[in-house]
Amino acid sequence: MDSFIALDDVSVDFPIYNASGRSLKNQLMHAATGGRISTASGRVVVQALRNVSMRVEHGDRVGIVGHNGAGKTTLLRVLAGVYEPTSGRISVSGKVTALFDIGLGMDPDATGYENIVLRGSLLGMSRKEIQKIANEIGTFTELGEYLAMPMRTYSSGMGLRLAFAISTSVRPDILLLDEYFGVGDERFVEKAQKRLDELVESAGILVFASHSKELIRRLCNRIVIMESGNIVAIE
Amino acid sequence: MRFDPSSRVCLAANDLLDTARNPRIWLLLAWNDVRQRYRRSLLGPFWLTLSTGVMVGALGLVYAAIFKVDVAKYVPYLATGLVMWGFLATLANEGCQSFIAGEGIIKQLRLPLSLHVARVLWRNVIILGHNLIIVLVVLLWFGSYPGLSGLLLFILGLSVVLINATWLCLLLGLVCARFRDVPLIVSNLVQLFFFLTPILWDRSLMPGRQRVIDWNPAFHFVEVVRAPLLGDMPSTTTWLFIGITTVMGWTILFALFVRYRRRIAYWL
Repeated sequence: MDSFIALDDVSVDFPIYNASGRSLKNQLMHAATGGRISTASGRVVVQALRNVSMRVEHGDRVGIVGHNGAGKTTLLRVLAGVYEPTSGRISVSGKVTALFDIGLGMDPDATGYENIVLRGSLLGMSRKEIQKIANEIGTFTELGEYLAMPMRTYSSGMGLRLAFAISTSVRPDILLLDEYFGVGDERFVEKAQKRLDELVESAGILVFASHSKELIRRLCNRIVIMESGNIVAIE
Repeated sequence: MRFDPSSRVCLAANDLLDTARNPRIWLLLAWNDVRQRYRRSLLGPFWLTLSTGVMVGALGLVYAAIFKVDVAKYVPYLATGLVMWGFLATLANEGCQSFIAGEGIIKQLRLPLSLHVARVLWRNVIILGHNLIIVLVVLLWFGSYPGLSGLLLFILGLSVVLINATWLCLLLGLVCARFRDVPLIVSNLVQLFFFLTPILWDRSLMPGRQRVIDWNPAFHFVEVVRAPLLGDMPSTTTWLFIGITTVMGWTILFALFVRYRRRIAYWL
């Protein structure tokens, strides 16, 4: 079955409990960007998404653009199923993978192999799939024997490469990206780029939030422009 | 994946069922938590066994002398009580943090929220396993064997404790994600209950105030595991108290979980 995403009149309200009352509220009201802030029953509520409706079909490459605080990340989190909307309906068909933080769940004290298992499991891979990718990751990252060493002994570039390689081993129907991630050292960039492009191509649907117009133009065939928690235009 | 505001009960029930059906991730995370804590140490998690052993040995000798009771009776009582107390107290404290500590995962991956509680529970079961070695050694040393029926009762008691610990940790995790003062209140209460609960002392030492003990939930949850190991049967009061707590706790927790489950991600 083809994957799709359908949002129908979806709103997300954030209660802010630790806001120091009115003064902060006023400050936020005057801010040029960000969602609409209102006070319902005395507490501060940020409307991060307001009555968003859209439909994404199999094969769509959707780029989300907008200022900081326009609701891009909130929208991605709603699509990832992390934030269940305050009102409205969603239905999503297909396996969703969100790659917001490629190192999520990795443990610096664990070895490279253990981290492949940890990160792979969180990404929803079965034990068999993990075994299958482990060798390939060793070759791709050029970490080889280092995989048997604790990750804290790696250079930051090596750690990043490992996180990148595991995270890009997934093959979801729907891929959610919050900014394109770059991977450290120069020699590696090209190889990483290719791998990431492969992942993006294999996904049935891509939803990609970015500030980079150039990247959006390169990767996406539809553009969603967001402002203060609203979708103001779909191209 | 569908969200329909009308299906909140189903979503809450599915959250719990999914965790029960797919244990792989939380088992893995729990084992890694334990390993992480003791990585690069020679004894690893057996430090727990060692430190509990030293504690039981030292306290056993001192308090047996203070209370003028037989060491052979007192040390097994202390060891079982102390190990169970440690398990419950850590669970109460770490239960508060279950969602707060899982923030990174919760905000990025759609996994059942109860998974984070299962992780905390299993981590502490692993630690309990290491500490039970001390209980075993003490029981063998003093020659007080619980027997087969005692062991079966012990397993039953432990299961009952776990069933209750699950709702307690879910409840604490939920409340603490919203009200960040609660973990501090809980840790103070835990400390207080250590002294109110018969662990270092036996209830026979306090003849006048038995009711304080009968209404102490911590006592019943320690007792339901301790008594079988010491060759006794937990009293009817204990079974009754635990039965009522199980039903009430799960009812309250489930009602709150249905209502607030989806807000947890927003609170973090």
